[in-house]
Amino acid sequence: MNAALLIVQVLNGLQLGVLLFLIAAGLTLVFGVMNFINLAHGVQYMLGAYLAVTFYDLTGHFLLAAALALVAALVFGLLLELLVFRHLYYRDHLDHVIATFGIILFLNHGVKVVWGSAPLNLPIPEALSGSVQLADGLLYPLWRLVIIAAGLATAALLYILIGHTRLGMLIRAGASHAAIVSVLGVNIQRLFTIVFGLGAMLAGFAGIMIAPILSVEPGMGDTVLILAFVVIVVGGIGSIRGAFVAALVIGLVDTLGRSFSVDVLRLMVGPSAARTIGPAIASMLIYLLMAFVLYFRPTGLFPVRGR
Amino acid sequence: MTEPVLRLEKLCKRFGGLLVTDEVTLDIMPGELHAIIGPNGAGKTTLINQISGLLASDGGRISFAGRDITKLPVHLRAALGIARSFQITSILSGFSVLDNVALAVQARCGTSFRFRRGVAQERALNDNALAVLDEVGLSGSAAVRAGALAHGERRALEFAMALAMQPKLLLLDEPMAGTGREEAARLLQLLHRLKGRFPVVLIEHDMTAVFALADRVSVLIYGRVLASGPPGEIRADPRVIAAYLGDEVE
Amino acid sequence: MSRLHDARDTPMRLAWPLAREIFPVVLFAALALIPALAGLLGQQYVLSLFGRVMIFAIAAVSLDLLVGFGGLISFGHAAFIGVGAYAVGILSSHGLREALLSLPIAILASALFALLTGFVCLRTKGVYFIMITLAFGQMAYFTASSLAPYGGDDGLTIAARNTLAGFELLRNQWFFYYLVLGSLLGTYLFCRGLVDSRFGRVFRGAKENAVRMQTIGFDVYRFQLTGYVIAGGLAGLAGFLLANATEFVSPAYMSWQLSGELVIMVLLGGLGSLHGAIVGAAAYLFLEEWLSGFTENWKVIFGPMLVLVVLFAHGGLMGAWNAVVQKVAQLQPFANGAPARD
Repeated sequence: MNAALLIVQVLNGLQLGVLLFLIAAGLTLVFGVMNFINLAHGVQYMLGAYLAVTFYDLTGHFLLAAALALVAALVFGLLLELLVFRHLYYRDHLDHVIATFGIILFLNHGVKVVWGSAPLNLPIPEALSGSVQLADGLLYPLWRLVIIAAGLATAALLYILIGHTRLGMLIRAGASHAAIVSVLGVNIQRLFTIVFGLGAMLAGFAGIMIAPILSVEPGMGDTVLILAFVVIVVGGIGSIRGAFVAALVIGLVDTLGRSFSVDVLRLMVGPSAARTIGPAIASMLIYLLMAFVLYFRPTGLFPVRGR
Repeated sequence: MTEPVLRLEKLCKRFGGLLVTDEVTLDIMPGELHAIIGPNGAGKTTLINQISGLLASDGGRISFAGRDITKLPVHLRAALGIARSFQITSILSGFSVLDNVALAVQARCGTSFRFRRGVAQERALNDNALAVLDEVGLSGSAAVRAGALAHGERRALEFAMALAMQPKLLLLDEPMAGTGREEAARLLQLLHRLKGRFPVVLIEHDMTAVFALADRVSVLIYGRVLASGPPGEIRADPRVIAAYLGDEVE
Repeated sequence: MSRLHDARDTPMRLAWPLAREIFPVVLFAALALIPALAGLLGQQYVLSLFGRVMIFAIAAVSLDLLVGFGGLISFGHAAFIGVGAYAVGILSSHGLREALLSLPIAILASALFALLTGFVCLRTKGVYFIMITLAFGQMAYFTASSLAPYGGDDGLTIAARNTLAGFELLRNQWFFYYLVLGSLLGTYLFCRGLVDSRFGRVFRGAKENAVRMQTIGFDVYRFQLTGYVIAGGLAGLAGFLLANATEFVSPAYMSWQLSGELVIMVLLGGLGSLHGAIVGAAAYLFLEEWLSGFTENWKVIFGPMLVLVVLFAHGGLMGAWNAVVQKVAQLQPFANGAPARD
């Protein structure tokens, strides 16, 4: 295990973390403000990727495709909100879970009908493909750095939005006291719609960013969704800050764990045992981490008061 | 000199930067009905929650019958005999009135890790429960679903559940709140009957009830005990009048 | 003494009390007659379909215990099926094919997994609980996927079904069918008794008002953990049967999609009635069989159907059935009273 490999994996971990943050942020906002569990958030991420592919096929221009996909993802998300989710806000969580599970089934198989089940691909834009030399003999894909940068920029924008704008204030207030906010004359349904749209855009954006390096296929949102849930549960549901910290930690732990678990175990139990149980332990790591955190803090690291 | 049943020593509770319970020191003597009064937000419910264990204290000590219970979990305090009612009546709405009380009996009668025999048939539990329901005047409604009861009847049910525990200390959080005159009179009668059997800590705003029932009164202002003593003394205390009673004194 | 009746907190309070007793009898009688039907029609396939329905029904009943009676919405219940199944698969791959060994091990393994995960899960409530059960289910799934010696992602084929006391009885389709039916009946009766017991009342009370239960003196955590372990063990039984039925185990048995489907089965049938879970499992699997005959992408239709069921049909199938029974009962005068219980 050398320093170069370590740096690469740390960067990979940050990239995963940033991606998880983009998805978790929308999830945690929606839950925090509307008390709504949206299992379908993962398919919104998947849809972002599919829309990016389609618009690229139509326009041949990455930036344009990305912009169109973002808008389309937003529109689709708002449509979902209007048709289904709006009617569920005041129902209990079990209803949310089942209804959004139904949406997942519908969309996971729906994309198969529309796009087929073969994995699709989106080429990285010319200017941003290729690698960057970080150090002697250490090359790292530029696009992944772009993802990290985009993610951090989004985090900064969200921080400003939530902390320093009127909308952000309403979101924070709505997160702890939706009823009071509505009594104060704020159009709560409009607030909910805006929050939902924001979440859909974040998820779609993540999908668009990841499409060039991951194959776009049905069900790609499912694993990521579960990871996002782990992130918001560890971070504290309703907390963007918590989602940010937890996302980065989990991204790093998962990536570094997978890369180095066999090596680390080899030092303890010998090579063949390490090779057998190493991968299993690596896949369990973040769940063990989650269990550890939740045991001591059942409401996450940065719980939002009022829940 | 008799030992207090409940002793609070410099009890504290902080919510963020706000000190809600501020070094409260109080003794509850056997058989006494001790009322705690004070303006809204004074921390009365918080104090009850600390005593019953629903809130962990940030400082100080709680002793019950000589034993330190500061860190004891809720259910173990209940098992020791600390019973309580809630400001918003807390019962099992989906269960029958009888089942509500029978459950309270069940909690202190043998293990509940029995998986086979039907509990609804257990004669001993049901008879015991009916006897308690009789005392509070609800035996006619034994088969009614608890959620269907009127407000005052639900309060009575909560009393019944507390009594079924054969409590060694009863904590009542504003039992008169929201009751009409007739219900309030009935509750007052019930409290009179219960007086002396076991110590009661009563939080109330209804001053008629307080001064009719209490053996001693403590006044809580901003989380601190301002004054503590027999009702007559408290009523006349100028600090208390200034801080809380004001023109309420009849 | 006033008339006592058990006012159980279930969303379906049967208007006609006898219906609660008659329905399961009819259900199990029908299930017992299926092999005869299969024989008449000459369709072995019917036997295996109903067998599968009953196996998932066992898991669904155990989930109903948690969700319908305990208010614990577990979205990782499939993990327990998988652990039970893998116990069978792993033992088999090492030559240990005796059911009298595999079955208790399967149940204990699932129960142990439930104990370890429940230990952490039950310290959380509400949506945290849902998500953490989901996450633990995923953990089991990924762990199984990475068990290279036992098939990993592709799963593990089991050479043959377990022997029973040394005899190859489980290979006989009829014997196996009645074994599954017996297991389902046993599970159902066990859960019925459990729900009505002292333990069951505390467990149900915790769903109703956990704070109240604690202030009466019940350690809610311990009761919920016990219920969780029992449900896990029962799902392990389902896993044992599933592994034997399909002669195959795979990480898919632990997938969160399957966990979701189990919740749907319970909801579809109607929470809190136990036999509703059986009906729900049957309805779901029959629907799946039927719809997948039309198109491979039947879930495109099923997804929105689910959404509509949630939005409009409270109480599931048993709820609808009860509504019908209530209407019928209103049309007929009947003699007073709830019959003496049990």
